[in-house]
Amino acid sequence: MTLAVKAVGIRKSFGSHEVLKGLDLEVAYGEVLCILGPSGSGKSTFLRCINHLETPNGGYVWVDGAIMGYDLARGALQELPVKRLRAQQSQLGMVFQHFNLFAHRTVLGNVIEGPMIVRGLSRTEAEARAMALLDQVGMAAKASSYPSQLSGGQKQRVAIARALAMEPRVMLFDEPTSALDPELVGEVLEVMRNLARGGTTMIVVTHEIGFAREVADRVVVMIDGEIRENGAPQQVLSNPGDPRVRTFLSRVLA
Amino acid sequence: MHQSQSNSSPALPLSDLPGPDVAIRRLKHPGRWISGGLVILLLAVIGRAFAVGQIQWTVVGEFLTAGVIITGFGWTLLISACALVLGVLLGFAFGVMRLSENPILRFAAWLYVWIFRGTPVLLQLLIWFNIALVFPKLYIPGLIDARMVDVVTPFVAAVLGLGVNEGSYLTEVVRGGIASVDKGQKEAAHTLGMTPSQTMRRIILPQTLRLILPVLGNSAIGMLKFSSLAATIAMGEMLNAAQRIYFINGAVIELLFVCAVWYLAGTTVLSIGQYYLERHFGRDAAMTTTERRWFKGWAQRPAVSREA
Repeated sequence: MTLAVKAVGIRKSFGSHEVLKGLDLEVAYGEVLCILGPSGSGKSTFLRCINHLETPNGGYVWVDGAIMGYDLARGALQELPVKRLRAQQSQLGMVFQHFNLFAHRTVLGNVIEGPMIVRGLSRTEAEARAMALLDQVGMAAKASSYPSQLSGGQKQRVAIARALAMEPRVMLFDEPTSALDPELVGEVLEVMRNLARGGTTMIVVTHEIGFAREVADRVVVMIDGEIRENGAPQQVLSNPGDPRVRTFLSRVLA
Repeated sequence: MHQSQSNSSPALPLSDLPGPDVAIRRLKHPGRWISGGLVILLLAVIGRAFAVGQIQWTVVGEFLTAGVIITGFGWTLLISACALVLGVLLGFAFGVMRLSENPILRFAAWLYVWIFRGTPVLLQLLIWFNIALVFPKLYIPGLIDARMVDVVTPFVAAVLGLGVNEGSYLTEVVRGGIASVDKGQKEAAHTLGMTPSQTMRRIILPQTLRLILPVLGNSAIGMLKFSSLAATIAMGEMLNAAQRIYFINGAVIELLFVCAVWYLAGTTVLSIGQYYLERHFGRDAAMTTTERRWFKGWAQRPAVSREA
């Protein structure tokens, strides 16, 4: 088991409100980890700390042999220049709750943007790869549409293709189905299920207990900025030790 | 049982209800006819006043296509175009600075807006025109060494004055435009590994441009009109040309009307251009601009006529 991500003592506060109270987490390559928890428990903030969309106030994240945002020099963490931080961030694919597709670009334009601008691929090569990815998520037919012409589920599938186009080591999903109409949730979960089967390392913040039970290798339950449960889905979801986790699960499973 | 009954008409028994194909008579609007008639009357009175007033319409027609006027209009267009380009460039530069992480850059942009938006543009034109009184020589080592009066011609003063002033307004517009682009767009670009400048140039600014396009259209129209202020600094644009003519032949109002015709022609063309430009750039948005028709209620009647 090779580690892909190791979070060490992550703390984050917004003003005087402490959102994350020192979290530790390890994710191995090929593993699918689902993070569950009630609203406001800090799970999205934790995910955003992992790829430094939010800078932690304390602790650090190690990804694939490097500390996110820092160099370890003479026993201290030296902040990296923004260009090197971005290079690290591009190793972590991110899928947002609200898709965040580039509104002024077509579906294809969204997917080729990163590979062309950040990785320096030629347009021909970037487009060929993008079309393969769009085919994989079932969106090849919409390559020349604009995001405003797509349904939520279609947007999210394009967003997944856009993140995959950077060939990231790990895929992060921030409540990918929470903004979708109920009948569109299935198509996005199907794409994610296929990714998991293909061996993609995934950290998924979600409310979909069924997805976690079926797809996840491990489930983490966060409550009030702390990890309360961390284990196999069967064990965590069926027989949680922590009383507050029991309360949370009984509410969402009801 | 609850029965609603209006107090003006008696209750309508079910047995009296008409069939489904019953004819519908629309409400009459006599008030609209009266107000419309009054306005037409007023317009006719004003029109007649000008027709019989002391204006030699033949002179207006004669000078409409006079060489000096056409040349002047050419200068008007050139000044407006150059000043607009300068204004847009400055607006984007300072607009980005206004949102900089660096407080000194933010302050510099604020200072620019404060000074140039806070003083009259006519005053600014006069200052640019007389800048040689402050700096007799323009000297940049290895680049320029010249007398200021030779560099700042009336044309340069007009473009600088109008452009720098417009830039101060557009700075605020660009700042607002950037701020209103969804924050998720920036985050998505960052997670793809795009640097701040790549994100700004490729993701944020193109979307800002679309948001502020209506304002830029208004700027272009405003600029065409404000360029007439350059007449006061001896720039031979259209108004200045008209003045030079009527100082000689005394046909003051005729030549001012000639200018009015050309300015109206220019602003009309710009308005139409603005409409199509907005429609073009709105293609990726939620198609909101297609509902805002330029000739609203005139060329485009609603498909279903609604009675108010």
